[in-house]
Amino acid sequence: MQIQHDPRRARLKLILTLLSLALSALAIWWANNNLSSYYLRILNLAGINAILAVSMNLIFGFTGLFSLGHAGFMAVGAYTCALLTLPMRSKQTIFLLAPLAWPFNAVTLPPFPAVLLAGLAAAVMAYLIGLPVLRLRGDYLGIATLGFAEIIRVVANNIPTITNGALGLKGIPSFANNLWWTWGWAAATVWVTSRLVNSVYGRSLLAVKEDEVAAEIMGVNLTYHKILSYVIGSAFAGVGGALMGSLVTAINPKTFGFMLTFNILIIVVAGGLGSITGSVITSVIYTVLLEALRPIESGWSIGPLHVPEIPGLRMVVFALVLLVIILFYQRGLFGGREFTWDGVLDWIDRKRNRKQEVAG
Amino acid sequence: MSERSELSVQDLTMRFGGLTAVRDFSLELAKGELVGLIGPNGAGKTTVFNVITGVYRPTSGKVLLDGVDITGWRPDRVCKQGIARTFQNIRLMRSLSVLDNVIVGHRLRLKSSLGSAILRTPGYVREERELIQTSLELLDSLGLVHYKDVPAGGLPYGEQRRVEIARALATRPRVLLLDEPAAGMNPQESMDLCEFIQKVRRDFNLTVLLIEHDMSVVMGICERIAVLDHGETIASGVPAEIQANQRVIEAYLGVGYKNVAAN
Repeated sequence: MQIQHDPRRARLKLILTLLSLALSALAIWWANNNLSSYYLRILNLAGINAILAVSMNLIFGFTGLFSLGHAGFMAVGAYTCALLTLPMRSKQTIFLLAPLAWPFNAVTLPPFPAVLLAGLAAAVMAYLIGLPVLRLRGDYLGIATLGFAEIIRVVANNIPTITNGALGLKGIPSFANNLWWTWGWAAATVWVTSRLVNSVYGRSLLAVKEDEVAAEIMGVNLTYHKILSYVIGSAFAGVGGALMGSLVTAINPKTFGFMLTFNILIIVVAGGLGSITGSVITSVIYTVLLEALRPIESGWSIGPLHVPEIPGLRMVVFALVLLVIILFYQRGLFGGREFTWDGVLDWIDRKRNRKQEVAG
Repeated sequence: MSERSELSVQDLTMRFGGLTAVRDFSLELAKGELVGLIGPNGAGKTTVFNVITGVYRPTSGKVLLDGVDITGWRPDRVCKQGIARTFQNIRLMRSLSVLDNVIVGHRLRLKSSLGSAILRTPGYVREERELIQTSLELLDSLGLVHYKDVPAGGLPYGEQRRVEIARALATRPRVLLLDEPAAGMNPQESMDLCEFIQKVRRDFNLTVLLIEHDMSVVMGICERIAVLDHGETIASGVPAEIQANQRVIEAYLGVGYKNVAAN
């Protein structure tokens, strides 16, 4: 038995990858310069949702850890980044109730290191939470992590010297209102996650998801792999939170309620557990649809049928869409499948072969 | 003992609350031996396996592998030390391919760091290639290579058993524990399985401990047999002795049955 190597295909795949990267860069450059700020904002939000969905998919879809703590890690990331990037002068005007604590009152960092530190802070938090909590399984883990996210929120409400309490932080520098930032980080998330998942480490994560007992008997260190997945996923959740804070420029503890986690969970489940492609594409569809459906809330009529203005009607539509997806695509839109160049090339080969068969 | 045992279980007792699942169980396996562990349902056979592999920490007693005390170690460390097992109710990663199942078995020897795996450093790529190659060779030697891309859960029952053994072998064990490998098989499949186990033991230089209800399998391939009933060892010896043992017959069939084989 030999592993098949096809240098021609490898080169072709490399060219296709570079080409699509160049095209994406061109599209981002064009969109940044030509689209209105409204459309840009939607696309930026889509990018952030992609980061959040892929990171949750790593934890839940690939490792099987039903964690509902995403909003908590986003909060940690958002606050860290906001406090590090806010200019000194606005810090002085924002913190009226209590003075800002060290070290945030002494430093102002450029966006990039601030976002990195936001991810790091979320990762450290995930490690500390994960060590005791990841011993739980299934629903119990969900409840414990949900509780943790709520604790973060309550703590944020009650430490005014760091979070400014319920008033929150305003005037956060809006560096993330830029497709390079949001989609750049989304690309980084996808890159790290797919590399991880497709490595031997990733197979061990899948093994843990499939059968913990069997995985452990086969020499897979459960704690190590669960923590690994949880920390990496949460780090990206922290990055996503940081970018979201910068995009909306104002955060307060209410921003990070559990509904935020459920929105991402909807994207992950609808896109397909264990499909990075599904998470990314569904993030875009979800974000765009959420905006596109706005008109139906403002009242409309078809013939004799008249629907008055009902705020929140689009969420009803979403619920219906989700129902249909769950009914007809139990495993999500992509059902664990991924987009790969190999998949595309194989498909083209099959098409071509069929044509030749017909011709011959 | 003059020669050190490969696997040695000493005075093992396992209590779950008020229930004593195994009491003072002792067993010595010399290198290369194939020993059977039999007994009626609920006798504590699988509990013995669970204690040896670290799923349970015993109430008292010791487990030694080649002289190393592994009592109460975490299952993954026990595996690394050289004990692999299969399960009574097959526990493959059902949606993973057969090849991936075997690769997970090889995971414990992966030296590359997480960072190098994500960055796909040349060192990692080489190691992963070798690992896949070794896994394919293992599947090939067991005649399972044509299933490599099939999800393990989609295979016929008997083949799943073999894949589970292949996965256990991927961890390069010194001792292999098989929990009812012939369960649910027809006589022909059981015969094939016996040959398969014999071959594997020879080729991989293994010591095997086997739980089995199928007496044709047990009597056919085991060199020694230990019999458990209600957590206690009621007999041990070569197959012929066990077949003639009155206590064994009583444990299986109830008091009052005469030993037919001895007449």
